[in-house]
Order: sequence, then C-alpha cells, then structure tokens
Amino acid sequence: MIGQIFTPWRWAELLSSWQDFAFAFLTTLQVAFFALLLALCIGAIAGVLSASRSRILRAIVRVYVEFFQNTPLAIQVFFVYYALPYAGIVLYEVPIGILCVGLYTGAYISEVVRTGINSIPKGQFDAAESQGFSYVQTMALIILPQTVKAILPPLANQCVNLIKNTSILAMIAGGDLMYFSNAWATNGHFSYGPSYLICGLLYFILCFPLTHWARSYEEKLKASVQGGKA
Amino acid sequence: MIKLAHVYKNFGKTEVLKDINLEVREGEKLVIIGTSGSGKSTTVRCMNFLEEPTSGQVYVNGTLLTHKNKTEVVRSSSAMVFQSFNLYPHMDVLHNLTLAPMRLHRIPKKEAIDTAFHFLETVGLTDKAYAYPSTLSGGQQQRVAIARALCSKAKIILFDEPTSALDPEMVQEVLDVIVRLSEENITMVVVTHEMGFAREIADRIVFMDNGRIIEEGTAQHFFESPEEDRTRAFLSKII
Ligand SMILES: Nc1ncnc2c1ncn2[C@@H]1O[C@H](COP(=O)(O)OP(=O)(O)OP(=O)(O)O)[C@@H](O)[C@H]1O
Ligand SMILES: [Mg+2]
Repeated sequence: MIGQIFTPWRWAELLSSWQDFAFAFLTTLQVAFFALLLALCIGAIAGVLSASRSRILRAIVRVYVEFFQNTPLAIQVFFVYYALPYAGIVLYEVPIGILCVGLYTGAYISEVVRTGINSIPKGQFDAAESQGFSYVQTMALIILPQTVKAILPPLANQCVNLIKNTSILAMIAGGDLMYFSNAWATNGHFSYGPSYLICGLLYFILCFPLTHWARSYEEKLKASVQGGKA
Repeated sequence: MIKLAHVYKNFGKTEVLKDINLEVREGEKLVIIGTSGSGKSTTVRCMNFLEEPTSGQVYVNGTLLTHKNKTEVVRSSSAMVFQSFNLYPHMDVLHNLTLAPMRLHRIPKKEAIDTAFHFLETVGLTDKAYAYPSTLSGGQQQRVAIARALCSKAKIILFDEPTSALDPEMVQEVLDVIVRLSEENITMVVVTHEMGFAREIADRIVFMDNGRIIEEGTAQHFFESPEEDRTRAFLSKII
C-alpha cells in the first residue's frame, strides 16, 4: 500500500522539477538567513536591556517577549499579510517571513541572552563598575564575551526552530520550500509522497548538523566545567 | 580624600547603614573592623558608589558623588580589591591589567603593557602575565587583582576583606603585598578580620556594629584601651 505513495513515476516527475525545488530551497535559505540576522540583533539588544537596571526598558522588553512567545506565529503572519494592507502597508511574502520569523525568534533569543547574563557572577559587574566602565562597555567587553560559550547551544537550537518556522510562509503562498512542495504536488503532479519526503529531507539537512553540534558542544562544556576549568 | 556625611543605606526595609560620618585623609590607611553583617562592605561600596546611599553625601576629592558623575569620578580616583578577586576569566592576566587603562584612560598599548609588567613585578607575578585566572591559585589571583588596581594609577584603593576567601597558607603572601603598598602615598581603606595585619598598617581603625561606627582611633587605642563594651567583646572573641 505504502508503495503507491512512492511509485517510480512519481519520483520521475519530481526529478524533472528539481530546479524548481532548488529555487524554493534557496528562498527558504534566504528567509532563514535574514530572519536569523534580525532575530540575533533584536535578541541581543532586548536581552541586554532586560538585564539592565531601568524598569521601563525591562518592562518594554517583557511585553515584547511575552507577546511573541504566547501567540502563534501564524497569527502574526496573517496579521501582517491580511490586516496591515488596510493600513496601507503592503509587504511581499518573503519580507513578511523575514520580519515575522525574525521578531518571533528574537523574543526567544532575548530570553537566552538574559539567562546568559544572569548566570555571570555579580562580582564581575562590581569589578567593571569599580574600574569605571559604563554599562554598555561592561556588557560588550566583560559580560557578553563570558556568556557566549554557554549560550551557543541554546542559540543553535533557536536557529533550528527558526529554520523550521520559515515554513509558515506556506500559509501565505510564500514561495518557500514548504509551500512549493505542496503546491507542486497539487498542481497536476500528484507526487505528494516524494515531494514531502524531499522537502523534509532538505529541512533535515539544514537542521540536523546544528542540533547535533549543539548537543555535543553542551556535553563538552559540561565536562570542562566538571573538570574544573570553565 | 573621601568623606561620608550622614550616610544612610537601606536594602528594602532593612537599615544597613545608619548615619555614617567618616573622613579619610590623603595617604591615610584606614582599617574597618566589625562583626559580620555590621555594614563594612556596604560602607566601602558607598565610597565608590557601587552602592548609592539612601540618603547622605559621599565626597571624593571634594566632589559630591552623584548617579550622573559617579562613573567619571570613580574611574579617575579609586580602585577596588574584592574578597572574591573578580578577575575577568575570559582574559589572560596581562589583558586584565591593561583593559581599563587602554579602554578608559586611553593609554597607548605599549605604555599600558609596561605599566602592567611593572606592577606584576610589585606583586611578584611577572611569570604569570599570559596565564588565565582559572589556572592561578587564590593568592595569586588576589595579587593580580591588586596589580590591576594599581594599574589604574588611582590615588585611593579600597580593599574589602582581601584575604577572607583564601586558604590559610595563601593569606600571608597577599598581606605582605598590601603591607608593602602601605608604605607608599596611596590612600587605603581596608576591611579585614586579620588583626595583626590591621595593627601593622592602620593609621586609624574604625569599629562598626549594626550599621554604626561605634569606636574610632589609632591602632594602639583600639587594641589596648577600647572604650566601648561592644569593641571589647568583639576583641575578646577574636584575639
Ligand atoms: N544587596 C543587598 N540586598 C539586601 N541586603 C543586603 C545587600 N547587601 C548587604 N545586605 C545586608 O546588609 C547587611 C550588611 O551587609 P554588609 O555586607 O555591608 O556587612 P559586612 O559588615 O560586610 O559583613 P561581612 O563581614 O559578612 O562581610 C547584612 O545584613 C546584609 O545581609
Ligand atoms: Mg563584607
């Protein structure tokens, strides 16, 4: 029975369209790349602010983080795609993907950065302040460099989520890999099985090395901490 | 050099400092002694505004410290040595010593490195210039921290229990360094539980209890004829 899904002619169909798949894959890569840049920038800034002493700044970041963590990405995408045009704001699908996935992941990265900063002993802030470093200098020269190692694994995991989440574009005909695999099979090829399989494989190829690296790096960190040298 | 006038400090509802009045003259070595939790650390931390007083004034070199000017004033006038060393673990010793001079005081790299080696020699650790803090013993880390304080060329150095976190066999090497420094014209404020050391370096000793200064005087006065019962009780426990 399962053979019906994957009969050879369906694969032949797919092979003949490989260039279109490649193009959709590149679109996904493009969205992921720029969304990641955006998420890292926003996440780093928001993370630093949420560890600052200013209550107002902390509150603003809190609202941002809670909003994006507690609502589905789909709503955010639909809102920008369907609702914003009534305000005269019309964006193409790819920029919408970059914007929404970037903001969404930025909220998670902000939490990763904040946790990293909070794990640094208070004495480091004291030392920096007693030497006369400003808050920004303290962060840039002393605190953040110390957090990098510890936050790399969770950042890699966020990156994996981000890559998978770009598939949200399928809901607004975004031309990405997910959308294309589905649309291609629907439009007369009827090769859903191979199409989804290849689609999944391509996501897997992107994500697996990251997940794997994050896990082994985390093990290594743990071992080095237990070995006495952080 | 430093003046605290009617300094009060609350953490939430607890009053930690109650009306602290204290003046430290240029070149003076002031030792602060007191029971645990009496507010010694908080007092010293008010001197460089690591803690901002709830009320009262702190003057450094005649300048009233404020939230706005603290970074500027502290940068140019005082340095601090902490109980837990607080070296920057992601940098080697040399970078620990040159970071502030180069970044904050705009001193050229070559000069900053020369100064760093000069003060590493003072603390006897020139051979550790390229070591990372985690590879050093506690005593060595604290000597590096002292060298870092010296590299700022600050006229005031604040010590908050510099030997309390050390294994007993390392206490002396750090005290020796501080004693040697005390011969120079640096203003020093030292919180310590090492009574012999206090007696050796102190021009004046301040005894704190429960957020107040209870007794104040020369080392001789303090150890031989203390006036307050609480001071005597404290001394009898320690010596
Ligand atoms: N950041 C803080 N938040 C709340 N309470 C604090 C804080 N820092 C100090 N305290 C409290 O203030 C009191 C005085 O603390 P401080 O560290 O100045 O005492 P100390 O004399 O240095 O004691 P020790 O000898 O243990 O170092 C203590 O009761 C302490 O619990
Ligand atoms: Mg203390």
